[in-house]
Amino acid sequence: MSTLRTSRAARFGQYLALLAYLVFLAFPFLWLISTAFKPAPELGSLHPTWIPKDPTLANFRQAFDEQPLLQAAGNSLVAALAAALIAVVIATPMAYVMARHRGRLATAATGWVVVSQAFPFVLVIIPLFLVLKNLHLINSLLGLVMVYVVWSLPFALWMLTGYVRAVPAELEEAAAVDGAGRLRTLVSVTAPLLAPGIVATALFAFITAWNEFFFALVLLKTPEKQTLPVVLTHFLGAEGVADLGPLAAAAFLATIPSLVIFAIIQKRITGGMLTGAVKS
Amino acid sequence: MRVRVFTSAAAALALLLTGCSAGDDPEGGPIRLRFQSLAWQKESVDANKALVKEWNAAHPGIQVDYVQGSWDSVHDQLLTSFEGGEAPDIIHDASDDLADFAYGGYLADLTDLLPSRLKSDIPARSWETTTFGDGIHGVPFLQEPRVIMADKRILESSGVRVPTPEHPWSWEEFRRITKDLTASMGEGRYAIAWPLKEPVSVSLNLGLSAGGQLFHRGADGKVTIRFTEEDGVVPGTLRDQVNTDLSASRSTLGTGGSDALPGFFGGRYAMVPLGFSYRQQIAQQAPEGFEWTVLPAPAGKDGLAQGVSPQTLSIAEDSPHKKEAAQFLDFFLQPENMVRLARGDWMLPTGTAALADPSLHTAKDGWATGAAVARHLRSAPAQSVRGYPEWKDKVATPAYQEFYSGAIDMAELRKRLVENGNLVLARYQRR
Repeated sequence: MSTLRTSRAARFGQYLALLAYLVFLAFPFLWLISTAFKPAPELGSLHPTWIPKDPTLANFRQAFDEQPLLQAAGNSLVAALAAALIAVVIATPMAYVMARHRGRLATAATGWVVVSQAFPFVLVIIPLFLVLKNLHLINSLLGLVMVYVVWSLPFALWMLTGYVRAVPAELEEAAAVDGAGRLRTLVSVTAPLLAPGIVATALFAFITAWNEFFFALVLLKTPEKQTLPVVLTHFLGAEGVADLGPLAAAAFLATIPSLVIFAIIQKRITGGMLTGAVKS
Repeated sequence: MRVRVFTSAAAALALLLTGCSAGDDPEGGPIRLRFQSLAWQKESVDANKALVKEWNAAHPGIQVDYVQGSWDSVHDQLLTSFEGGEAPDIIHDASDDLADFAYGGYLADLTDLLPSRLKSDIPARSWETTTFGDGIHGVPFLQEPRVIMADKRILESSGVRVPTPEHPWSWEEFRRITKDLTASMGEGRYAIAWPLKEPVSVSLNLGLSAGGQLFHRGADGKVTIRFTEEDGVVPGTLRDQVNTDLSASRSTLGTGGSDALPGFFGGRYAMVPLGFSYRQQIAQQAPEGFEWTVLPAPAGKDGLAQGVSPQTLSIAEDSPHKKEAAQFLDFFLQPENMVRLARGDWMLPTGTAALADPSLHTAKDGWATGAAVARHLRSAPAQSVRGYPEWKDKVATPAYQEFYSGAIDMAELRKRLVENGNLVLARYQRR
């Protein structure tokens, strides 16, 4: 009885902690939505409210009037999707090798992956800029995608290596005993079990690229090439002054694609995990 | 089937990306200049774009491409562009950001490029803000004094003397008035709110009015920091308002200007010292019926003097078309165009002809007060001092923050600014 009560209390505490965490996470986003729909006088109110008293779409209209948001969103989408796709295509076989063939080379590669994550952007941007300039890839989405792929690849590799290690090697051995060749084993046995990991990694690469600001700022010169995070800064003035309403409206719109993609993909992550569990 | 779909998608993507690659200008076409503007408010962007359009229509041989930059990241973005040899031909920035670029050889010396009309139209005190070494590395064209935004009704009902540019408050009178005003406003309300997120620029720039200079350049060209009695007038007044008189809100000390506006609109603060361009936010966001006015900052022994870092236009040293870029600047900064730019940004032009424009002397939205203050504006004290950014971030900002909150006294503030500060400056001036 006592154990049951303790268990219920513990569970209640867990739910409470989860709720607090969710509220903490949701607060900025909900406040962003609220701000996006507030008219200018309400933005300067001493007693701000969650629900706008006089909701308006004026901020959205102004945001679209002042900045090429759709074009910027298109650029961001192309860059992020391409970066995610390419990163996963490159990282998957590399991760397989690193996970299955442990040796000095794999250890060194893992070490390099970890170290490479420690480089700050400002350290690499100038050499990178010069390299891309020589390749005529400044002010080009292709150049930006290359940077995003290189930047997200180490973490993608690290992530996928963990997923590959979680796939029991015995399954591959069993397939080999049943007569499946190397390629057949990889495609028919390993790849389906890796699907949730691949999807999660792609999602990581997508969101990293979608939110990235500094490289896009430096590498893209003309307005028609700029990505959404760069365009959002155009609502900011000197010394941190902001055109708050249109900025909130534009920022809210900028979150929608990643939310939609996450909503679609998260089912696949869960589904893939269950599939893997049954097979093993 | 899946493979075919994947291959098609990859091919489409590659084509799309390749199509987005940068293209070179066609040979034999007009000269193309890239103008990176930091204009961000709609009226300002519209004014900039309209001027570029007018120039392009009148000069088919020299076409200007408008590129939008942002204040938030301009320094890093320019630094990378300079290093990579890809800088815009014409660069919009603020004078306090130019020193390293100018000394680094990234900005062209405009001394012989600019027309005499423009040189004589802008006062020498403004040119000082963009003069580094022997060269002029930018045209200062818009400037912004710090003024006091005041709730008209509270001020008038209290019966205190309302200052004008001709008869401003002295710093002593200002302290006395804020004390009396707070007493008349009732509990939880304050005569003034100082948004001091950036305490250094406020302290140094307003400090000029009391004769504070802090940075002193010797005959050998080296700068040292000395903290005189005059340097303590403005910081001392602010500290007393917050900690002794309780006439200034403590809660706004760490906030930016926009954060104080809701309290201003709600009657919690009667006055908020802010940059001149904040009037636009007030005009947009103030609740209906809210009456506000613009007052000059208090004056000291040097009158209404205060330091500013004007917005500037520079030409990249690497630009192959410096002469054409200077021609564009001459057009862009014609008096009537400077007025358009100033009104778009709710700031003041540096040019004397533009500043005389009647539209900048109307009482509405406080334009007249700002225009009257404009002739007292000086170069910010640390404008061209190498090592100033490090001194500001590592030494001065924490020292002033602690001082204003009451954690340290004037002697400790002086000690930190001078002793630690001179160590920082010496390191830069050894080079």
